[in-house]
Amino acid sequence: MVKQISLFLENKKGRLAHVCRVLGDAGINIRALSLADTADFGVLRLIVDDPAKTNKVLSENGFVASITDVMAIQVPDVPGGLADALEKMDKAGLDVEYMYAFIGTASQDALVIIRVDSIEGAVEIMEGCGINVLKEEQVYSL
Amino acid sequence: MYWNKPYECMPREQLETLQLKRLQKIVEKVFHNVPFYRQKLQEAGFELGDIKTLDDIKRLPFTTKQDLRDNYPFGMFSLPMSEIVRVHVSSGTTGKPTVVGYTRGDINNWSEVMARTLTCGGATKNSIVQVAFGYGLFTGGLGAHYGAEKIGASVIPISGGNTKRQLMLMQDFGTTVLACTPSYAIYLAEAVEEAGIDLSTLKLKHGIFGAEPWSERMRMEIEKRLGIKAIDIYGLSEVIGPGVASECQEQNGLHVFEDHFIPEIIDPQTGEPLPCGEKGELVFTTLTKEGIPVIRYRTRDISMLHDEECACGRTHIRMHKVMGRTDDMLIIRGVNVFPSQIESALLEVGDTQPHYLLIVDRKGSMDELEIQVEVSREMFSDKVKGLEGLEAKIKHQIESLLGLSAKIKLVEPHSIPRSEGKAVRVIDKRKI
Repeated sequence: MVKQISLFLENKKGRLAHVCRVLGDAGINIRALSLADTADFGVLRLIVDDPAKTNKVLSENGFVASITDVMAIQVPDVPGGLADALEKMDKAGLDVEYMYAFIGTASQDALVIIRVDSIEGAVEIMEGCGINVLKEEQVYSL
Repeated sequence: MYWNKPYECMPREQLETLQLKRLQKIVEKVFHNVPFYRQKLQEAGFELGDIKTLDDIKRLPFTTKQDLRDNYPFGMFSLPMSEIVRVHVSSGTTGKPTVVGYTRGDINNWSEVMARTLTCGGATKNSIVQVAFGYGLFTGGLGAHYGAEKIGASVIPISGGNTKRQLMLMQDFGTTVLACTPSYAIYLAEAVEEAGIDLSTLKLKHGIFGAEPWSERMRMEIEKRLGIKAIDIYGLSEVIGPGVASECQEQNGLHVFEDHFIPEIIDPQTGEPLPCGEKGELVFTTLTKEGIPVIRYRTRDISMLHDEECACGRTHIRMHKVMGRTDDMLIIRGVNVFPSQIESALLEVGDTQPHYLLIVDRKGSMDELEIQVEVSREMFSDKVKGLEGLEAKIKHQIESLLGLSAKIKLVEPHSIPRSEGKAVRVIDKRKI
């Protein structure tokens, strides 16, 4: 399972830059990210090359961060590619909490990070639907 | 206009003789009837008969809110429950509130001082008094109610809230006197304007306002917007409730009803009594209370005393409008709030010691409370829904504990300023 780092950010000027600088200084490379925000705060979600180190660096710098299991799936980079995958998931009863796209690509396909409500057995269901779920190491080293 | 001229205008010498006699009696009474006082007096090396002059009051030990809490619920009562006809409960800090008990005689005396208060404010038997203080465990509603009945006014016991109905009855019944918190008075004034009610169609003439701090500027605003004369009143349940002191029509300090209460101003740090004109903590000793007399009760309110003669003719000393608190208690929309209460509410939500900051501001006329809470690892969720749920949970917890709605704002760890390692708990931006 892919380890995603989530952290709490106040909706305040300069906070995002600050956290990115902290990670940059620690030599951590961000592979994918999404920022969910409300009027007062945001949750920054990151896929990085070294989740354990990232978690440690963030904690040391006073951030509240946590590690969540997510899936990285490979979908054909064509119109309707993502729709097909999501419809399959829907039929299989998998509920998407949130998702976001990857910065890099794998061969001809697009990569999407998906957080489902209960991760237990989700990978098998996805694979049963014919969706390619990437291995942890594959993602970090992209 | 006086309610009880012989007492309210009693020559000082005669008043002080009466005070001394009553003080000696009340000290003797608590010595015999309340184990707490007996022990405290004995520890202070005090013997019955030591009160020879009024100045000897300085030899008596102080009583605090914590003492009342420690003796919860009835340990400070000086008479058995068979003599108590009513209890009131004050909004307290974490845990147990403070309880006060009234005998039939106490209710009569309370009605008496509230009758004086209402008369000070301009009410007469011909008045129609709308009591918009809350009724119930809080002393405001029933205190004003009994005083208004005593002077023979017509009472509308509407209690707080339900602004539409307040306006309807005010118009239809021809309310002449309004009794409520000053912030609610402004709220009502706004509602009058919003409803497009012409002030000249209202019969409102007088307002008696208290239970929270307010400023001269706020007074001017209330007077202008409601077309009334606004009077500041003072009291606290531990002493009797409202009716401890009231402004007269001069609006220049609140006369303490000295035949019932002895006021002192002390240095809150050293406990040393301060002379008239110096700012310090207000302390009261009750002279006529039967159910729960208090000896040198520390109010934590900051004020000063003025002993110059008042143009109204009353001889009773005046206390300055309350200028602040010596502890961290906040009064928000008439509700007493201690930061420790917020802390216990947060503990119930988050399991861990939270860092938080209370920001109180006055937007327009209403006090607003924002609670900033630092997000801990335990509280954090990668889902926005989860964090919003946390905010809602804290909000609900605060509401059910304090009866006060607050805006909850989650903030990053270490973003709340700390001084010497200790978090600053309160920022009061209100310009009162």
